[in-house]
Amino acid sequence: MATMADFRTSEKSWWCPGCGDFGVLAGLQKALVELGIEPQQVALASGIGCSGKIGNYINSYNLHVVHGRSLPAAQGIKLANRELTVIAAGGDGDGFAIGMGHYMHALRRNVDITYIVMDNQIYGLTKGQTSPTSDGGFQTKSTPNGNIEKSVNQMQLAIASGCGFVANGFSANQKQLVEIIKRALQFPGFALVNTYSPCVTFNKLNTFDFYKQEIVNLDEDPTYDRSDRFAAMKKLMETNELVTGIIYEDPNPTRYEDKVSGYREQGIVNQSLEVDPVLWAKILGQYK
Amino acid sequence: MFSEVCWQIGGEQGTGLDSTVEVFNTVASRAGYYVYAYKTFASRIKGGHTDFTTRLGTTRVQAPAPGVNLLVALDQETINLCAKNVYPDAIVLADEAINPTLPEGVSAKLLTIPFNKMTLALGNPLMKNNIVLGASAAFLGLPLEGFKAYASGRWGNKGEEFVALIHTAMEQGYAHVQANWPDLAISLAPADGKERLLMIGNEAAALGALAGGCRMIFSYPITPASEIAESLVKIFPKVGGIAVQMEDELASIVACVGAGFAGARAMTATAGPGLSLMQEALGLASMTETPVVVVDTQRGGPSTGMPTKQEQSDLLAMAYGGHGDGPRIVLAPGSVEELVPMTAEAFNLADNYHCPVLIASDLALALFQQTVEPEAVELAKLPAVSRGPVADPAALAALGRDIFERYSKNTNENGVSERSMPGMKNGQFLATGAEHGPFGKVWENPANRVYMMDRRMHRLRGVKTEAVRYFGPSEADLVIVAFGTTLGAAKEARAEIEQLTGKKVGVLQIRLIFPVPVAAIAKYVGNGKALVVESNAVGQFAFMLKGSGYNPANLASLLKYDGNLITVEEIRTAATRVLNGEAQFMVTGGGAGVRTSSDPTIVLESAKEAHV
Repeated sequence: MATMADFRTSEKSWWCPGCGDFGVLAGLQKALVELGIEPQQVALASGIGCSGKIGNYINSYNLHVVHGRSLPAAQGIKLANRELTVIAAGGDGDGFAIGMGHYMHALRRNVDITYIVMDNQIYGLTKGQTSPTSDGGFQTKSTPNGNIEKSVNQMQLAIASGCGFVANGFSANQKQLVEIIKRALQFPGFALVNTYSPCVTFNKLNTFDFYKQEIVNLDEDPTYDRSDRFAAMKKLMETNELVTGIIYEDPNPTRYEDKVSGYREQGIVNQSLEVDPVLWAKILGQYK
Repeated sequence: MFSEVCWQIGGEQGTGLDSTVEVFNTVASRAGYYVYAYKTFASRIKGGHTDFTTRLGTTRVQAPAPGVNLLVALDQETINLCAKNVYPDAIVLADEAINPTLPEGVSAKLLTIPFNKMTLALGNPLMKNNIVLGASAAFLGLPLEGFKAYASGRWGNKGEEFVALIHTAMEQGYAHVQANWPDLAISLAPADGKERLLMIGNEAAALGALAGGCRMIFSYPITPASEIAESLVKIFPKVGGIAVQMEDELASIVACVGAGFAGARAMTATAGPGLSLMQEALGLASMTETPVVVVDTQRGGPSTGMPTKQEQSDLLAMAYGGHGDGPRIVLAPGSVEELVPMTAEAFNLADNYHCPVLIASDLALALFQQTVEPEAVELAKLPAVSRGPVADPAALAALGRDIFERYSKNTNENGVSERSMPGMKNGQFLATGAEHGPFGKVWENPANRVYMMDRRMHRLRGVKTEAVRYFGPSEADLVIVAFGTTLGAAKEARAEIEQLTGKKVGVLQIRLIFPVPVAAIAKYVGNGKALVVESNAVGQFAFMLKGSGYNPANLASLLKYDGNLITVEEIRTAATRVLNGEAQFMVTGGGAGVRTSSDPTIVLESAKEAHV
């Protein structure tokens, strides 16, 4: 059985001390350990930004791609080898600005991957510009007079697009985050794990204290029914998405892979590349 | 008796002409004729003029015909647009209902046939094109039985009555011609009857992908590439593969990189606009040393350009596109037939050189039907799968963690080191688009940067493939350098130029566009002149030749960028002028013939003077 140490790398972190992403990384590693998954069975595709560096610090197969494209990369990996545990990871800018097109389509395509978003509501690596999840009025380097755009509601978008698993975690609530990620990794289909992962350097508004004060924790509400899609939407609207826990989980999940004609249980990479001469002759026959 | 004939049909787009032509071409192919079929069409579905041309021969035909023997015109616009291209003694067969007239100066015989009236009598508007087919068969001496047999096979599931109606329509068209114009046959010499294949380049690329072990395609619909994915989506379920229509080309190429990273053979297919979008991720594949295959069916550019017109203007974008320096291999097929083994080989090259491999197809190759010899696509004769340097999983497992260097200095003769794939114990590494060290960890150390850059680029020094193919005599006075669709016209022009000038002329097919095989080209050109023939405005391949160290002094160029195919006649004219010392740089097309230009690869007038 793999341990936490097995999922760590020798790389020293480039994240600022106190960064929320440390908590998300630890939560992911712990979830993988608790599920008994081996490092070589994990493939992680990450985008660009502070959070995209997560692959530098986890001992798995990591593909660090171009800005905004962690989701197509993760889908490519998963469809090539469905025997793997495949994770896409990145930040709010990577996912909901430059990567928004892929996000919407990954949600509706529903390949069996887990998407972990480290949302800090700011562009950190470029040193403090507004992000698509920044609050209205938020003053940043690129919005000195305050953000005049509305923020993206990524969890509501996920529910609206038919995503079967929508959860939100908080970097500082490890216990809940680990449980969320474990459940997401086991969910058959596309699973969104948004996390509030504060930027301690450039976001002085959405701080650890801010989230601690504002967040509604669904785990503390025994009446909440996570299988109710309408309730999920309502809860997200009521709380302005400042809510953690598993917000929606489809009780009858399906996944893309089950609907692909002729797609096999064995990963494509583990199948023979030989072509049956009878099949070849049959295909050529169509051109006679 | 003609050893080849050319049949053309024109009318309004969206009136079933596509399928009529498919019937004609398939029946001719089954009868044993070589087929080269091309078309003019617009980026719209209904309405607008379209015309299809089929050149049939008892030997291989591989370029547009110089003229048309039988033009079937279903509207006056077809006559207005196409009649100028018919031979002087050709037949123009038109519907009586349109009261056709020939433009001034066209000497062909205009014959009318009551297509509409006959169709009405049969009570089904779909029968018009079958009457056309019957009439065409009668003029060209093609066996009516072949057409009827095709109809039975293709539409048999629609009921005997329907098939019988088609047969009647075909017979009526045939009989009408025989009864009215018994002496006007354009008799095509009998074919050898050998069973050959007929397909478009996009179908050939799909077959090559299958044979080459490709089991995944991620793509986005675009003209003229879509048929590659459309073919594979039908094939892949039979072999456990998958074809995914992605949300855009950005996602398509990145999914391919993901699949390649995971160890699958994956491809995408696109055209110029898609290639532009893919540039950043092609750099990612170069940087992470991940195999990926891209077919680019070039069309008129830039921007939207001319989506349904021929061009070969993505060469520079394929070889050098995107930011920064990264290795890529660019192959160019010279025929539909060649696309099968070449596409299969592309996956071997990608796996052996750990970089993107692009196939420079073009619109005419992609969409126009050509005859394929069955021997050329025998499974056993196609390139065997070669996976390149892959770590041994058992050795890797025994190694212990944090020891495997994905970007090890222990490289093979190609400059490539073993890769691991997810699932292999102790093979975990970081594949990143950021500069990195041997373990894949981000590292900007200057010495490491130089090593890694050289490591990536140096693999291009010795790409092992059949880079060029030469046709013609040794020590030729002139060597025509061609690739893609243009190759066919060059090959057909070769003997004509020799006959016309009394000089020795060769054709050098470029199969490896990049890295440019300069030494091989220089060897075949020798002391002669090289005439580079390409479908773009700035002489992209000539530019690449110069930039790769080729001596510009013996380089001549013929360019065409009006959207039409380069013809045998244009190559013949340009070659003759080069041989006579009359011209070095020429353009053609756009309503005018071959004319002298200045060096297209040099933009500034001051630079041209400096060059002289």
